Amino acid sequence: MATTTTSRPATPRGFDPATARPFLEQFDRLKADLPGGSLSWVRDLREQGRARFAELGFPTVKNESWRYTNLRALDKLAFQPAVAAETGVSFDVLPTVRAAGTTGPRLVFVDGRFRAELSSTAGLPAGVELLNLADALAHKPELVGEHLGRLATPDDLSLVALNTAFLADGPVLHVPRGVEVAEPVELVFVSVGSDEHPTSFHPRTLIIAEDNSRVVIVEHHVGLGTGATLSNGVGEVFVGAHASVHHYKVQREHTNAFHLSHTAAKVGGHGVYDNFILTTGAKLSRNEVRSTFDGEHGDTHVSGAYMVRGDQHVDTSTFIDHAVPCCTSREVYKGVIDDTARAVFQGKILVRPGAQKTDGYQQNRALLLSETAEIDAKPELEIYADDVKCSHGATAGELDDQQLFYLRARGIDKETARGLLIGAFLAEALDEIPEEGVREAFQAYVSAWQNAR
Amino acid sequence: MIEIKNLHATVDGKEILKGINLTIRPGEVHAIMGPNGSGKSTLSYVLAGREGYEITKGSVVYFGQDLLAMEPEERAAAGVFLAFQYPVEIPGVANTTFLKSALNAIRKQRGEQELDAMQFLKLVREKTKSLNMTDEMLKRAVNVGFSGGEKKRNETLQMAVLQPRFAILDETDSGLDIDALKIVAEGVNALRSPERAMLVITHYQRLLDYIVPDYVHVLAHGKIQRSGGKELALELEKNGYAEFGVNEAA
Repeated sequence: MATTTTSRPATPRGFDPATARPFLEQFDRLKADLPGGSLSWVRDLREQGRARFAELGFPTVKNESWRYTNLRALDKLAFQPAVAAETGVSFDVLPTVRAAGTTGPRLVFVDGRFRAELSSTAGLPAGVELLNLADALAHKPELVGEHLGRLATPDDLSLVALNTAFLADGPVLHVPRGVEVAEPVELVFVSVGSDEHPTSFHPRTLIIAEDNSRVVIVEHHVGLGTGATLSNGVGEVFVGAHASVHHYKVQREHTNAFHLSHTAAKVGGHGVYDNFILTTGAKLSRNEVRSTFDGEHGDTHVSGAYMVRGDQHVDTSTFIDHAVPCCTSREVYKGVIDDTARAVFQGKILVRPGAQKTDGYQQNRALLLSETAEIDAKPELEIYADDVKCSHGATAGELDDQQLFYLRARGIDKETARGLLIGAFLAEALDEIPEEGVREAFQAYVSAWQNAR
Repeated sequence: MIEIKNLHATVDGKEILKGINLTIRPGEVHAIMGPNGSGKSTLSYVLAGREGYEITKGSVVYFGQDLLAMEPEERAAAGVFLAFQYPVEIPGVANTTFLKSALNAIRKQRGEQELDAMQFLKLVREKTKSLNMTDEMLKRAVNVGFSGGEKKRNETLQMAVLQPRFAILDETDSGLDIDALKIVAEGVNALRSPERAMLVITHYQRLLDYIVPDYVHVLAHGKIQRSGGKELALELEKNGYAEFGVNEAA
């Protein structure tokens, strides 16, 4: 069970505690009704989150890790917490990577709350648990008690603290030792919000893959409403020894959405954590992915593709912690930025003392389609071991004139030629997804984005 | 077919073409020979419509149309084809995808029915066979990892698939050994027809042993200095370009 600590870490600079107030008031009003309230450790965890967020508030651009992503707009919007209300979301609007007419395991959350009638556990092998957090806290607290709040702790970051205070619902997946889940598990998050006021929710994801297990997870984040929404999600992923977790996410929310997400993974010896995030949506989004090696010969792939236009803002911040020797990490990100959109890439690789034979690779390539598009890239290697192989590269450029002319000289019109080249550029990132069905589905989302011009 | 009149073109303010006059009729093969820097490649790019060239004087009329006013893709649809001296590599775009997009784009602009995957494959298979190309080369990304010879064969394949009316071959022989040159030349010769004209641009006479021209023009200092029959190429091979005020230590 999580314990309450009395000594809190000092308040780092670059936060604005005043921004916490409305959320704290809402929390104090709501907390008695939040799921799992009868469990003291859950109450304690929430209070820890509340206390830490009260101390910090939202990060500001004076915070080194938030220099390029400004959350000031959040303070002006006066978000109200989502209340479980009936919405018009029906089965046929839900996205899937599955072939038409097939069904499989899927959990659906609307504005952060579980929708049982849209969800299914069909096709899961015996012993695999797939349920929502509120149910788990009510009926199977032992399933989550050992893990919740262990990788993403409220002490870490103010947004994790905020999520932890409000933690109420989200997907829980437990794959027992040695079990391989053949069907991809789909987690669908639908933002609907309200026309009356901006709406916030804080989905919490917990994935536990025990030793020698294997699972493919596909997260969909889509928007169906017109009001402003804030999704402040936190995920914790435990990858056991020799286990492999393939964790793919596509975020296609409306451009009235704020999408903040923090995923913390721990990878056991010989374990594989394979993460890919495709972003085309939201007004402002930030994906933080942190992965720590917990045993030798672990392998982490953290990759993605982002495409933004208009005044969208997309931030990708990764942190790979080579805490033990002989592990491999690979990051390949590609972004296409148009109009006045802005992208941020911050990638940190830490090789701790003694983490010899580390192999780290990081690449971020951005394609700027307009004069006013912007990319801020900050790769960081921090290496405290001497026998390591680490490399990183960041490039930003425009479409190649020679390639464009070659295509046009063969009869392909300028727009189509540009589309072919942009598609080819992004295809290299999608190639990082080893699961063919998922890759093809994501490819279709890329094409849809291109055709939406 | 095409009438080039007093064509002047500058690049970055520097005049490269200084009054080209050339008329080509259907079925004819013209060779333009010239030393490095004479404006050969500029002429081919200007005709294909590449950006970065300023036409300061003159005109190019192609089948009654003002060619210089057309976009590169419109020129391609009208049957203009440039076989590049340095074919461009396009990572991430499969050669077949590229060829099919090109062919269907041209057919569409001409108001013809687009080919489906099966029809296209049948057509391409026929053409690749005669050029000694493998299916594997079609699956690879456009020109990526291709040898010099493979790139030129790929250009010839595109020409065979797109069936242009006016083909410009820019230094097609550069980077080719004699065997590759023969294959490419055979591919080009197979496309000679009474309706199709070709402009073969080359530095050396060697290519013209295999693609025999009807007319040879000497380009130097941005102007056609002399025109004649195929025997002019042999004369140049013997005497070099010195006669035209060019001193090449070849």
